[in-house]
Amino acid sequence: MSRETVAELGARLRRGNATPTELAAQARTALESIADLHPVLRYTDALTERQAGRAARILAESPEEAGPLCGIPFAYKDVLCVEGVETSAGSKILEGFIPPYTGTALQRLLDAGAVPVAVTNCDEFAMGSSNENSAFGPVGNPWDPNRVPGGSSGGSAAVVSAGAVPFSLGTDTGGSIRQPASFCGVAGFKPTYGRISRYGLIAFASSLDQIGPFTRSVEDAAHVFTAMAGHDPRDSTSSPAPVEPVAEQLARGVQGMRLGIPREYMAEGLEPGVRSAVEAALAQLEKLGATLVEVSLPSTEAALSTYYIIAPAECSANLARMDGVRFGLHVDRKSLTDTYLETRGQGFGPEVKRRIMLGTYALSSGYYDAYYRQAQKVRTLIAEEFDRAFESVDALVSPTSPIVAFPKGDKSDPLSMYLCDILTLPVNLAGLPGISIPCGLSEGLPVGLQVIGPRLQDARVLRVAHAYEQSTPWHTQMPPPAPAVTGTPS
Amino acid sequence: MTLARDQVTHVAMLARLGLSDEEVERYRQQLDTILAHVDRLQQVDTSKVAETAQIGGLVNAWREDVRGECLPVEKALANAPKRRRDHFEVGAIQE
Repeated sequence: MSRETVAELGARLRRGNATPTELAAQARTALESIADLHPVLRYTDALTERQAGRAARILAESPEEAGPLCGIPFAYKDVLCVEGVETSAGSKILEGFIPPYTGTALQRLLDAGAVPVAVTNCDEFAMGSSNENSAFGPVGNPWDPNRVPGGSSGGSAAVVSAGAVPFSLGTDTGGSIRQPASFCGVAGFKPTYGRISRYGLIAFASSLDQIGPFTRSVEDAAHVFTAMAGHDPRDSTSSPAPVEPVAEQLARGVQGMRLGIPREYMAEGLEPGVRSAVEAALAQLEKLGATLVEVSLPSTEAALSTYYIIAPAECSANLARMDGVRFGLHVDRKSLTDTYLETRGQGFGPEVKRRIMLGTYALSSGYYDAYYRQAQKVRTLIAEEFDRAFESVDALVSPTSPIVAFPKGDKSDPLSMYLCDILTLPVNLAGLPGISIPCGLSEGLPVGLQVIGPRLQDARVLRVAHAYEQSTPWHTQMPPPAPAVTGTPS
Repeated sequence: MTLARDQVTHVAMLARLGLSDEEVERYRQQLDTILAHVDRLQQVDTSKVAETAQIGGLVNAWREDVRGECLPVEKALANAPKRRRDHFEVGAIQE
């Protein structure tokens, strides 16, 4: 297992102490050594080789053009499309789907010379908080294989946590980057909504989805973010605002900053170990020169309900395209209606069906005003409360998750699973940037600290996180050597 | 509230999801629990609030009305479960 960051591996490449092909092969070996955890769905063989060769040429022939990601191996979540490499969204309905084009975020990483190695396991269509909804089996947490890595980007969090790759990509619709980052003890960054193009991302909830990186350091998150960020004409919701330079601002510290602690995020329901780790982190930020201010976000309690109307409503519309006609599973029946019914009935797993049903119900005639329209209005209230808070503070700090990684099979009731994201999903509803970084251990399991900033202030979020990270040892912690996986949940 | 079985089968048909009887009953119970929870939304006063559909503040994203690149036919059809010449093939829409 390796603690090396993108920055350190990059330095080795530039000194000639490693080649992109060697680093990719090392990553492959490391990923194979954690196969028991099942974080990888497939390897990107031919693409890896091609891209490693390309990176080697850039490093040899025009090193001045080689950015920080050139030659660095990475893994990406099974919802991101790369031409010619299977993407299945963790679902039987898309098993064997070969994307005809490459998404913008991935293309920008390829252009930067980064080397994809593997496609990571995730909850089906990114719906879940434990990775147990993957049609291809659950993922184990490197800190304890009998516990979940979080979700939905569980595989991407696990491969970075285990030290197999220095970074990976995930997507975050209600916490699907930050919560698994918290559970696995790595950095996980969800940028401002619209900051990174969603073109080529298999849509779950289009008004909430955002691509972002898992890394071993905040500096690395800044590098990966910078490579992917910026307007894309192929995503009409991508922000046309210029991307401010992030890396240069990282080291400015938090001296003089006002950091808000949302009272509702520290309320009952926090595990004692999470509370004490986060309180120690807050004290540390104060020691670094920040002023802590308690703030209130009164609509927090309504956020879960709002999310579980809006996200399923959008998913029910987005997943209508899984129709067995143009791609994916096709169960042949005489009439088109029966083909739809059987293809979708057999192709989707239980959680996806549940959310399609919930969303269809909320959008159906007679219920639209009471559920969907009302949820969109409460969404406005939630966003306005954040805006008001940011009038008096520079950023907000909170736990990422009220709990640490739980045992597989522990949350079989859907509602108890939904409650896992109570501290992350308001950030998606408001379209804000948020990061989770390790801030300690509770009973031997990682605890995450969440930093939230105003829209488009991604640099500020990274700066606060970097200041904390650099003054504490938590980001250098690795999971203990792997014990055997015992049994599987029923 | 209590969700009726025929409401569940109606929604499943709208969503074109073929469900077994056992699934209908399971989703009826689960959706009932979830809807009971989200019903607390009704208590929030939103009489003076506008809806948010797009959180990034964008209104319209225009482009010139000119034809750009598009997916070539062979690539577009490459994943088709059934094709006939240059088309996706589907079953009869009417019985």
